[in-house]
Amino acid sequence: MSGLIAILKKNVRQYMMVIALAVAMVAFGILTDGIFFRPVNLTNLVLQNSYVLILAVGMLLCTLTGNVDLSVGSIVCFIGALCGVMMVDLQWNPYVAMLLALLVGALIGMWQGFWIAFVNVPPFIATLAGMLVFRGLGQVIMKGQTKAPFPKEFQLISSGYIPDPFGGLSIGALHFHVFTLLIGLLIVALIIFGEIQKRKKQKKYDFDMLPAGIWLAKVVFIATVLVAFTVVFAVYKGFPNILILLGILVIGYQFVASKTIQGRHIYALGGNRKAAELSGVKVKWVMFWIYTNMAILAAVAAMVFTARLNSATPKAGQNFEMDAIAACYVGGSAVSGGVGSIIGAVVGGLFIGVLNNGMSIIGISTDWQQAIKGFVLLAAVAFDLYSKSRSSKIA
Amino acid sequence: MPNQSILLSMKHITKTFPGVKALDDVSLDVKEREIHALVGENGAGKSTLMKVLSGVYPYGTYDGDIFLEGKRCAFSNIKQSEQAGIVIIHQELALSPYLSIAENMFIGDERARFNIINWDKTREDALKYMERVGLHENPNTPVNKLGVGKQQMVEIAKALAKNAKLLILDEPTSALNEKDSEHLLEILKELRDTSDISSVLISHKLNEVASVADSVTILRDGRTIETLEVKRIPGENASISEDRIIKGMVGREITEMFPKRSNPIGDVLFEVQEWTVYNPDNPEKKKLDDVNIKVRAGEVVGLAGLVGAGRTELAMSVFGRAYGDAISGHTLIDGEEVDISTIPKAISHGVAYVPEDRKELGLVLIQNVKENTTIAKLRKIAKLSVINEHEENVVAEDFCKRLNTKTPTILQTTGNLSGGNQQKVVLSKWLFSDPRVLILDEPTRGIDVGAKHEIYTIINSLAAQGMACILISSEMPEIIGMSDRIYVMSEGRITAELPGRTTTQEEIMRNILNN
Repeated sequence: MSGLIAILKKNVRQYMMVIALAVAMVAFGILTDGIFFRPVNLTNLVLQNSYVLILAVGMLLCTLTGNVDLSVGSIVCFIGALCGVMMVDLQWNPYVAMLLALLVGALIGMWQGFWIAFVNVPPFIATLAGMLVFRGLGQVIMKGQTKAPFPKEFQLISSGYIPDPFGGLSIGALHFHVFTLLIGLLIVALIIFGEIQKRKKQKKYDFDMLPAGIWLAKVVFIATVLVAFTVVFAVYKGFPNILILLGILVIGYQFVASKTIQGRHIYALGGNRKAAELSGVKVKWVMFWIYTNMAILAAVAAMVFTARLNSATPKAGQNFEMDAIAACYVGGSAVSGGVGSIIGAVVGGLFIGVLNNGMSIIGISTDWQQAIKGFVLLAAVAFDLYSKSRSSKIA
Repeated sequence: MPNQSILLSMKHITKTFPGVKALDDVSLDVKEREIHALVGENGAGKSTLMKVLSGVYPYGTYDGDIFLEGKRCAFSNIKQSEQAGIVIIHQELALSPYLSIAENMFIGDERARFNIINWDKTREDALKYMERVGLHENPNTPVNKLGVGKQQMVEIAKALAKNAKLLILDEPTSALNEKDSEHLLEILKELRDTSDISSVLISHKLNEVASVADSVTILRDGRTIETLEVKRIPGENASISEDRIIKGMVGREITEMFPKRSNPIGDVLFEVQEWTVYNPDNPEKKKLDDVNIKVRAGEVVGLAGLVGAGRTELAMSVFGRAYGDAISGHTLIDGEEVDISTIPKAISHGVAYVPEDRKELGLVLIQNVKENTTIAKLRKIAKLSVINEHEENVVAEDFCKRLNTKTPTILQTTGNLSGGNQQKVVLSKWLFSDPRVLILDEPTRGIDVGAKHEIYTIINSLAAQGMACILISSEMPEIIGMSDRIYVMSEGRITAELPGRTTTQEEIMRNILNN
């Protein structure tokens, strides 16, 4: 039992967030008489939050170093404007244009990474400058106009759904998207397999682990939830393209962060920069790539957002950086760096997204929504610091 | 001095943390006008006891009583204990680096009227207290312009300004060189004799304890083992020896503090030639001037010198140029010049550096034992950048076993380990990087006697495997006892090369000072 408490204490932040997310969803499900859980609403939830989640993935790496990137909202605007010029004004091939947009994103990131890593400009300042520069340049390119409409191929990023090569399956009045079901089940199978492997390892090395019953309950819970969501998507139009893109990004970055040398170097740098440097971590290059990566992801988010609106506007991306930063901190990043996870940031982002979406359905005004989000962020970080100070007192 | 009355009496103090009894019925009596040393291995409960005394752990969170001058004390915070005259000076100095000596001295107790600071009075008072600790500086000097030794004096002056009756000094000399340490101990004696101020001195440096303490209380595993009274008759040796104290601390006599080493010494493995380095904060000034050293395979070479002599700077500038500007010179391994101008290059050529400050520079404290062990050479256990977790676990477990690191599991956060075990994790990290040249900078600082002995044994076994070891230490007995050869450094230059083991402390000191 004491082992269980120790584990819960250690991971209290992660568990709390997942539980909070579940509670919020159930609460909104009840408050909205089930509207919240309707397939169309859940699909919308994903579409509405996809770009913030994409930004949160990159931002998490920044917060691991104890910093943030303030420029991402402006980069979204700038890349959106660039896409508008290339695809709307110049009528270039959308695929070529998308590739160029990513490339420009990478260049912007290298520009900022250069100042941060090699000139030692504090990231806060360098990206604050970037925030002004790229918002300004975006507006210069657009000359104050909105660019629309975009080609169909481009719009599909955000409005398309994965195809169903199996042609669908009808049971009674319900029509299922078979490919979606298969993907969902495959993911659930992989997660169960992974959990079993992890537990075997814990046993082998005599690490702390959850009691068998609770572990089983946890796995069954995760599997049930995922299957339920898969079914909900399957009866609507199947998984949106954007969800697949998001899934790949999240899994990919989670893998890099937790399993690779590069990921380990980021965590070490965030935990103690000097010690990491003296251990042979090329801290400058790590910083450089983190900020380059952030801008590339901002370019991806820009395309997703522009495609969804089907227009590029001078105001695009405003405050996105704040949403992404909030997602990371709500999701358990430590303000001092070195602590946090991609999954945590995504859960944090989803939590904020669920609050937004649920409150909108209930009819709470956006003004209140903003205030409530602020309180949630404050509460999450305060709770984090409080639980940390308690555990350090005990030790 | 007969009939000294008791200044402070702590009776039957018991303090429990969830799952651990940190203090178990500890009693401590400090007399008026005495220097009372408190010794014990790390984790013996010294710091906890002092935290109880100073109100960090408020009254009510522990059992037992504290009496100061016969009056019962119930402090609920540090401020109250300071008002009563108990001032604690921590190992990590608590000065604000950019404020002046005078400003630091009266922080929280400013010389002010109607909230407006009276600067003349501030300076005047500051000078008064500085005089008493023998600090002859301009009170307007920012404290970051002072050396550690003088900063320590500012701390003591600050304590005097609070009308301290009892000073508690936690490892005050651990960061000081011999000369500054001596000065500090002299000041403590002077305060005792002229101002009736008693001190509690927590120290791992037993030679200091033996030379200044009037009584010594030994703690072990949260209990008081004994209190030894020291009789000092002028002209005779004090009635206490280091061995006697060690016996009480570890419950056994360490017959040989520095284990013998008998491995053969091979050819010159590592060489530094004509090494000149400029101070990055003051590019005009040479920090190291034409340093030449060589280390043979299987040899432990000591670098002796005062703090500021350039030993750490030499180590760090050699190790991937982690220190210094405009570095010139040559580094050779096996007689061939090698490029170790960045840390990754140094590591891949088999050079490793165990830094002086293990918490700031040695470890990522929020990461666990496993992650800290492998960080310097992750690619050894990775394929295409993906870390093989199984291999990593095996490696970490193996090092814990080999170095006898005491940790519940390899997933324990290193910040929760004791100093000795932290140092073993740092050593694990560097041993994992397959070094041929191992530079150890103050490897036993702040580590208890038992763990020190273990570290020495590890160093010996590494030398026996043919590693070339460079040992930097401010503890002369350690340098002498561990080294085959000793380079003496002074003001950035090598001033002498002496044989190890047979050299005396006086001889080293002479070579430092004669320069």
